[in-house]
Amino acid sequence: MADEVVLVDTWVSMFGMRVRIALAEKGIKYEYKEEDLCNKSKLLLKINPIYKKIPVLIHNGKPVCESLIIVQYIDEVWNDRSPLMPSDPYPRACARFWADFVDKRVYDVAKKVWTTKGEEQEAAKKEFIEAFQILERQLGDHPYFGGERFGFVDLSLIPFYSWFYAYETFGNFSIEAECPKIIAWAKRCLQKDSVASTLPDEKKVYECVVQMRKRFGVE
Amino acid sequence: MGEVKVIGASLSSFCCRIEWALKLKGVEYEYIKEDLRNKSPILLQYNPVHKKIPVLVHNGKPVAESLVILEYIDETWQENPLLPKDPLEKSTARFWARFVDEKCIVSAWDACRAEEHEKERAVESAQESLGMIDKLIEGKKFFGGETIGFLDLVVGSLPNWLKFLEELGGIKLVDAEKFPSFHEWSKKFVEIPIIKEKIPMPDDLINYFTTSGLAKTIRGSALANNK
Repeated sequence: MADEVVLVDTWVSMFGMRVRIALAEKGIKYEYKEEDLCNKSKLLLKINPIYKKIPVLIHNGKPVCESLIIVQYIDEVWNDRSPLMPSDPYPRACARFWADFVDKRVYDVAKKVWTTKGEEQEAAKKEFIEAFQILERQLGDHPYFGGERFGFVDLSLIPFYSWFYAYETFGNFSIEAECPKIIAWAKRCLQKDSVASTLPDEKKVYECVVQMRKRFGVE
Repeated sequence: MGEVKVIGASLSSFCCRIEWALKLKGVEYEYIKEDLRNKSPILLQYNPVHKKIPVLVHNGKPVAESLVILEYIDETWQENPLLPKDPLEKSTARFWARFVDEKCIVSAWDACRAEEHEKERAVESAQESLGMIDKLIEGKKFFGGETIGFLDLVVGSLPNWLKFLEELGGIKLVDAEKFPSFHEWSKKFVEIPIIKEKIPMPDDLINYFTTSGLAKTIRGSALANNK
């Protein structure tokens, strides 16, 4: 029985990118549906009525929501190739902890870097750098957060790299100056096909953020 | 299977999840009580990133974040499984666990703390989230089906916390008529001996918040206003 896999997503979403990288790692063929978040489709409201957000994976008609939950689902269903999670319980718990850290300590503060000004923005930049410095320490001398292999935490974080140019431009700061190991790690990840073919061009992301700032009335 | 410690606080709804899980699996552990107003070197050593409880320490290795800990416990001690084996059912349980933490608990607190003019809307929003939990348990003995599962432990102390938030905020969030299935489940759940042993009680929560002076810091607190 052939699997039917559909991904409802939007190209610029770092959460959607996580799922696309996971699908690419596993070599899974799927139908991609681009969603306009300013004009949400009936499909999205039907498959994610609780949050009305992307990404949503639809596997043989059944929806799965929330990016980290989707990635674990993909890993558990297509468990015969390219594992994304470690196999032992303790490294698995560490992977879940750090992916959760990215969600809790990076996403919201990163958003403030491009949606706020003045003192609020300065505070957000400081928190942003602190979060990445914690991640740098966690990476240590390993090539990836997963150790020798690209894994769940790498996949959870790397999409943010495509937004770095936008953060740096609007925040007027250099992430490389503060966290050079993170930049080196990101470039290493980009050597992987699954990442390179998924992450959008940083200038295109920047242009999109310019438009979003206008919509949010940030200017 | 090794030395197990739980660093926790008795009134925390996140900590009791961990203790329930260990007890359900018959795992012996040492409980280390933490004073959150005066964090110990042990907590700062084992959870330097968030400095929060609960932390599970297994053979000297720490695991933090209650939902992460629950999955670790389930994968390490496989008796009385908490999560379903099927990937789709597992994803559904994980989804609703996040919903409880990110929506139910947060919106209940927001309703408790809301200023007078925002209170009605905040209560409605909290009740909308609770309505979804009520629908989820409709026609079922437990969220896990016939036996207690992951989601039962996650939702676990919510009924008592809601009673506490109702009194603290002078609001009504839950009633048997509006959420009959949730009401039925919570009546049964809090009476299960393993659960009853370690569940935060509304009176203890009220007492803690009033004696510590925290009640005064809650905007819109009916208790603070009465003192």
